[in-house]
Amino acid sequence: MGNRTPLYEAHVAMGAKMVDFAGWEMPINYGSQIEEHHQVRRDAGMFDVSHMCVIDLRSSRAVDLLRYLLANDVARLTQQGKAIYSCMLNERGGVIDDLIVYYMDPSWYRMVVNAGTRNKDIAWITRHAPSFGVEVEVREDLAMIAVQGPNARAKAQAALGPRIGNAPDLPRFAAVESGQLFIARTGYTGEDGYEIMVQAEQAEELWDAFYEQGVKPCGLGARDTLRLEAGMNLYGQDMDEETTPLVSGLTWTVAWEPDDRSFIGRTILEQQRRDGAPAQLIGLVLEDKGVLRCHQKVFTAAGEGEITSGTFAPSLGRAVALARVPAGDVGECEVEIRGKRHKARVVKPPFVRNGQSCID
Amino acid sequence: MSNVPAELKYTKTHEWVRVESDGSITVGITEHAQELLGDMVFIELPEAGSALKGDQDSAVVESVKAASDVYAPVAGEVVAANELLADNPELVNKAPYGDGWLFSMKPANVDDVKGLLDADAYAAMVAEESH
Repeated sequence: MGNRTPLYEAHVAMGAKMVDFAGWEMPINYGSQIEEHHQVRRDAGMFDVSHMCVIDLRSSRAVDLLRYLLANDVARLTQQGKAIYSCMLNERGGVIDDLIVYYMDPSWYRMVVNAGTRNKDIAWITRHAPSFGVEVEVREDLAMIAVQGPNARAKAQAALGPRIGNAPDLPRFAAVESGQLFIARTGYTGEDGYEIMVQAEQAEELWDAFYEQGVKPCGLGARDTLRLEAGMNLYGQDMDEETTPLVSGLTWTVAWEPDDRSFIGRTILEQQRRDGAPAQLIGLVLEDKGVLRCHQKVFTAAGEGEITSGTFAPSLGRAVALARVPAGDVGECEVEIRGKRHKARVVKPPFVRNGQSCID
Repeated sequence: MSNVPAELKYTKTHEWVRVESDGSITVGITEHAQELLGDMVFIELPEAGSALKGDQDSAVVESVKAASDVYAPVAGEVVAANELLADNPELVNKAPYGDGWLFSMKPANVDDVKGLLDADAYAAMVAEESH
């Protein structure tokens, strides 16, 4: 039996089909993942993301630890509550994980890392923390619910009442504490919304309160099509320890300045930046009918590559993908599906943002 | 337990077969199969007139989750393919035994159909698989 989140019983009661995900028993859908996808694009849906791992770093030197561990620079966070997205790299510049880190106060940063990388992340951070005198606290006591969609914030506010605190004033990519809740205006769908951390024993009550406001439960299936339409990478598929941010479409997350900041993996990234990275991650839209999938071969003018994430995009009615191909001018692309080559158009992700197609 | 109509024949690979009054057969995938695959987004069907061998992969049903081959239950010639599915692949989810049929065939040998599973045998096989 896998790990279960505090919402496991609620998922089963709501008719979820449960699957194994990184050692966790999680809902893949509650009937139709396409309907759940549309629910988030058009109204409001909620996801149990309690399997993700919350890590608090406490110390006035947490900033120095994070500036050494992360390719993005937390020193850019000057406003309390603001967050950045970053890769955490190994010495070879490969991605150990991608994460969000919130700057809560000068001696408290909060990180959210992936479920599948949890143990190695904790080991990595814990290995480097002592030399900075930073205390690493893994928050096993928290559950997390993501409420996403154009109406998500309004419905969450209605459900929470006064417990919403100052969250209605949050700018994008920022968080605030409100009583025992930690409310962040972040997500993984390309829509507005909140990610809310709550004490595990109170998670179900919160889930039910959202449901009563018409926020429908959505599974990992919809989460994957939503994030891919939004052009967001998935760790383990679009990047891993063998790929750098530069070959993963994540160069924008690397803080090159100040150039004297030493962070793990910097040497390799500088080398790739100077000499040119060997590969690139591109977005593809299939012109024909069919579905793009992980590991399908991609043929470009620059050489052969493969799809790292592919799906049928419900909001577009056609297939889209991220693909890693050799660096250079790719020209016209073709994808091999079951032995036949099909034309695919190269586009710059995202494919969909805030409910609108970005590709036509 | 999903719906397994008594009047149909079945294959081990989750196709259903209905014998029509003119001797042709209609082929689709079972309710159990569509439940496993999830929301359909694309269906590739054989062309009318093409000759199929028994167990030959003859169609592809693609859901958001995976692409899955559909096998010809018996040898024969394709009579028609369900053109509705080009724009409405979700019919396979909504009405797997009705508007979500895939294609029809003229069996090379009518007796081949008799060798397929009946409803009880198919239901027993599904029950076995889910253990």
